[in-house]
Amino acid sequence: MSIMGTRVIRTEDPLFLSRGATYTDDLTDERLIGALHLTLVRSPLAHARITSVAVDEARAAPGVVAVVTGAEVDMAPALLFGGANKAMVRSFLAADKVRFVGEPVVAVLTEEAYQGQDAADLVEVDYDPLPAVIDLHAAATDEVLLFEDAGTNTSNGFGLDAEFDEHLFDDCEVVVTREITNQRLAAASLETRAASAVWTDGRYTLWCSTQAPQSARDEVAGWLGVDSAQVHVITPDVGGGFGAKIGADPEFALVAWLARHTGRPVRWHESRSENMTGMVQGRSQAQTVTIGGNRDGDVLAYRLDVLADAGAYPRLGAVLPLFTRMMAPGVYDIGKVESRARVLVTTTTSIAAYRGAGRPEATAAIERAMDLFAAEIGKDPVEVRRRNLIKPEQFPFTTKGGAPYDTGEYANALDKVLDAAGYPELRAEQKARRERGEVVQLGIGVSVFVEITGGGAFSEDAAVEVHPDGTVTVLTGTSPHGQGHATAWAMLASEHLGIGLDKITVKHGDTDLVPRGSGTMGSRSLQTGGVAVYQAAGELVELAKQRAADLLEANADDLDVADGRVSVRGTDSGVTLAQLAESEPLRVDTNFDSGAPCFPFGAHLAVVEVDVESGKAVVDRIITVDDAGPVLNPVLAEGQRHGGIAQGISQALLEEVVYDEDGNPLTATFADYAFPSAAELPSFTLLDMATPTHVNPMGVKGIGEAGTIGATPAVQSAVIDAVSHLGVRHIDMPTSPLRVWTAINAAAVEGAQ
Amino acid sequence: MIPVGFEYVRPDSVDGALALLAEHGEDATILAGGHSILPVMKLRLAAPELVIDIGRLAELNYVRVDGDGDDSWVAIGAGTRHRTVESSDVVAAEVPLLAAVARTVGDPQIRHRGTLGGSLAHADPASDLPAAVLALGGTVVLRSPRGERSVPITGFYTGVFSSVKEPDELIVEVRVPRTGAGSGWAYEKFTRRANDWAIVAVAVVDGRVGMVNMGPTPLRASATEAALAEGASIADAAALADQGTDPTGDLTATKEYRRHLARVLTKRALTTAAGA
Ligand SMILES: Cc1cc2nc3c(=O)[nH]c(=O)nc-3n(C[C@H](O)[C@H](O)[C@H](O)COP(=O)(O)OP(=O)(O)OC[C@H]3O[C@@H](n4cnc5c(N)ncnc54)[C@H](O)[C@@H]3O)c2cc1C
Repeated sequence: MSIMGTRVIRTEDPLFLSRGATYTDDLTDERLIGALHLTLVRSPLAHARITSVAVDEARAAPGVVAVVTGAEVDMAPALLFGGANKAMVRSFLAADKVRFVGEPVVAVLTEEAYQGQDAADLVEVDYDPLPAVIDLHAAATDEVLLFEDAGTNTSNGFGLDAEFDEHLFDDCEVVVTREITNQRLAAASLETRAASAVWTDGRYTLWCSTQAPQSARDEVAGWLGVDSAQVHVITPDVGGGFGAKIGADPEFALVAWLARHTGRPVRWHESRSENMTGMVQGRSQAQTVTIGGNRDGDVLAYRLDVLADAGAYPRLGAVLPLFTRMMAPGVYDIGKVESRARVLVTTTTSIAAYRGAGRPEATAAIERAMDLFAAEIGKDPVEVRRRNLIKPEQFPFTTKGGAPYDTGEYANALDKVLDAAGYPELRAEQKARRERGEVVQLGIGVSVFVEITGGGAFSEDAAVEVHPDGTVTVLTGTSPHGQGHATAWAMLASEHLGIGLDKITVKHGDTDLVPRGSGTMGSRSLQTGGVAVYQAAGELVELAKQRAADLLEANADDLDVADGRVSVRGTDSGVTLAQLAESEPLRVDTNFDSGAPCFPFGAHLAVVEVDVESGKAVVDRIITVDDAGPVLNPVLAEGQRHGGIAQGISQALLEEVVYDEDGNPLTATFADYAFPSAAELPSFTLLDMATPTHVNPMGVKGIGEAGTIGATPAVQSAVIDAVSHLGVRHIDMPTSPLRVWTAINAAAVEGAQ
Repeated sequence: MIPVGFEYVRPDSVDGALALLAEHGEDATILAGGHSILPVMKLRLAAPELVIDIGRLAELNYVRVDGDGDDSWVAIGAGTRHRTVESSDVVAAEVPLLAAVARTVGDPQIRHRGTLGGSLAHADPASDLPAAVLALGGTVVLRSPRGERSVPITGFYTGVFSSVKEPDELIVEVRVPRTGAGSGWAYEKFTRRANDWAIVAVAVVDGRVGMVNMGPTPLRASATEAALAEGASIADAAALADQGTDPTGDLTATKEYRRHLARVLTKRALTTAAGA
């Protein structure tokens, strides 16, 4: 019986739930004995020139071994994203200028961790404050420059060379345009950032919390100015990343540099308050959508104009508008599509990937535009969507955004959620509540989405080895941090080898053991790394058959592999894989390259109740189809959907990183940054649908980010729908009680005029 | 998140705690449940030299009815945890409002640590229990080596995080009138998330209205109370709830929105209380 598609319980959990995971800061590796503890003095100002740094008092404080300023660090300021303006480099410790609250300025090294903060408080840094730049439109004026050498706040752009077509909407009877904000979010992983390093025999060993150890190694080596071979990265358990832990952070290189500088191992982990300004954040786009069509409901043209926030130092976020543009038209067959994006630096925490990374921004924009268009022509938003969907027979379909969609059944997905929700009954209930003028009104929001998974990194390595004791080791270049690869990859090997999961160990995250790999991000793991493991195990079976053929004096074609044993079909004659491993290693190293990304899709329907007196919205139901092709393990796939949906609902209702006009973060604690608990979320209704891709032999697509892409616009739309009869057409996310109440009031004033 | 170094003592009696307070004055702080003071210390917004832990003093942990007949009240030791207030049979029978309010504080972990005395002493205008005690017309009992005094809650608070409590005084007890289980009461707490602090909250009991976060201290909705006494309808009386208030604006609410919420929540609380 095949193990594929079965509900195998996560093999990693007994340890996590009993002894607990071993995170970077929990390590007791003997190489770290006697380590110094790093405490960073961070900038309290958003934008300022450093005029002086006084460290003598701190150097004399108890337990202090070294206090290092930016002037002493000999690593060259680094361009953290290759495509950014070359002048937008970040120092590892700021020496001349700080550009966001939380930027590291001085490093304090103490014998004990608790001594660090006392000493850090004695460091005196004098600043000459400069005006903060928070708003993207203000950044675009270049009135206040973050990098004088750059002469501009524009880091990079997409589609900026050509002018927009002034005739794009000429054929349209109806054109609607609107500015919408896709707000800044904090990844808020449970494990904050951490790194430890030691320098011995001309080589750095760096333990760090990352989603991509191999690229972390290469980045850190580049910043240190050494060869990648001189850096050995080891990734212990990682307590969540959501995109914010892709690759390395500059602090990691600083930890390694300090280890060499002091000749002692160095440990660092940040507090939650530091994490809320120091770790990269996500989203933060100011979008202008324009949509046009006819009164029958055909959408004929769509334009998306994006100002994307890079934060103070451009990082991965600077490239994400590429995905936003590529996915701009979503699931719709729109004749004319235009988009462009300008990426701007602001005096804020850097922007990088956050679950969805560029695609939720695209989906939120087009889905909002569809609603606005439907409202303008007075048609049901579901009907308008259905009318414009790309049809199954049109696949493979290349959009006007340039995306080569592999497979899709968009109308089916939509119908499934409508049926499960009882859409006509919900509309009837909504109508009745409106007629009765009830305080708690009903809102229904629908999104149909398509996204891109495995975009960018198509190739992945895997190795499978059977040992003489009958155990199996799987090596993978993916880097799980909650996804369950230890379970899933073992299932893939077991399927071919017929060896039980208890005998299979999945290893990852040690760059000496697995030198090549792209890590876990962009929902890429199964469709690249998983397929590679599956392929490696299959190849191992073939190798075993060849070896056994000699041994058993049989034709390889007459051999079967089952239960970890090669046998001659129809006879008792056979040899176990373990026995074959005795004479020479039974190992296969392989690589799988899909050469292309996948385009999973789905539909979400949210039912929201809004108290129109207080403005508070509560999600009552959410019903989703997240079609990522065949499901390897429903337990894991549902877990991914749950987490994503929770984060999607949360972006729509609760979360936002806020700065005041001076660039002070106002949401740097968990009291102010409103991520959700179970109490804010309903039970989710997950519907099944599996449309395979042809991009890889398993037919699988990625599922990790579906929830943040589909749920967010559905919930936002539902909140607006609940108060649309009061004249409200749009509310920016998060649709907080204050925002909803304000929108209702504004609509009432407008209505009275 | 590491506080400045401090000395720590755990006296074994209230008298012991008072002696230490008298000796060290403003250099010392009381630690009860620690759920307000420890975060403040970890953020280094406070750096007391001496921390006096009263969290385990059994003599501050009780709920009982004191006094005789008409002149009786519910007395709650300052060290009584929110969880005890929430689940006490005496509170349920005598002042059900207080149990209901205690149940809305934070989450179970916080309610198992935080104390009634700590909550009142901390004087955060966003706290739930001070407004409930205000609506009930309770009394705070303070003790120092100089003696004991009872301060009506109406005269206890002087501003944000400040009260008439002297640095050498300990809150030892909180007294609230016995409203009985049949009283008309309600608590409307408005939050974004289940375990958040109130954006605004309104406590109603027997026609008295206490409000959370509508000014630097917990406030009574005097205009509403007066209108009710004169026989106004709930809707008319609730429309006056924000009169004389001075709420602040912050991330979650503007001043105007808080005023609006005070009116809406007062209407709801009065309606619930009338139906009870
Ligand atoms: C995450 C979180 C959520 C919370 N949510 C809420 C909420 O929703 N609503 C709410 O009302 N509260 C909330 N709280 C606060 C909680 O109720 C606190 O426990 C309470 O405010 C303080 O009580 P404590 O016993 O912990 O006091 P401590 O923190 O120990 O002390 C607070 C202050 O009071 C002083 N003090 C304490 N006891 C006495 C005494 N007997 N005499 C004189 N001075 C004293 C201390 O010196 C200190 O200055 C929350 C706290 C946290 C951490």
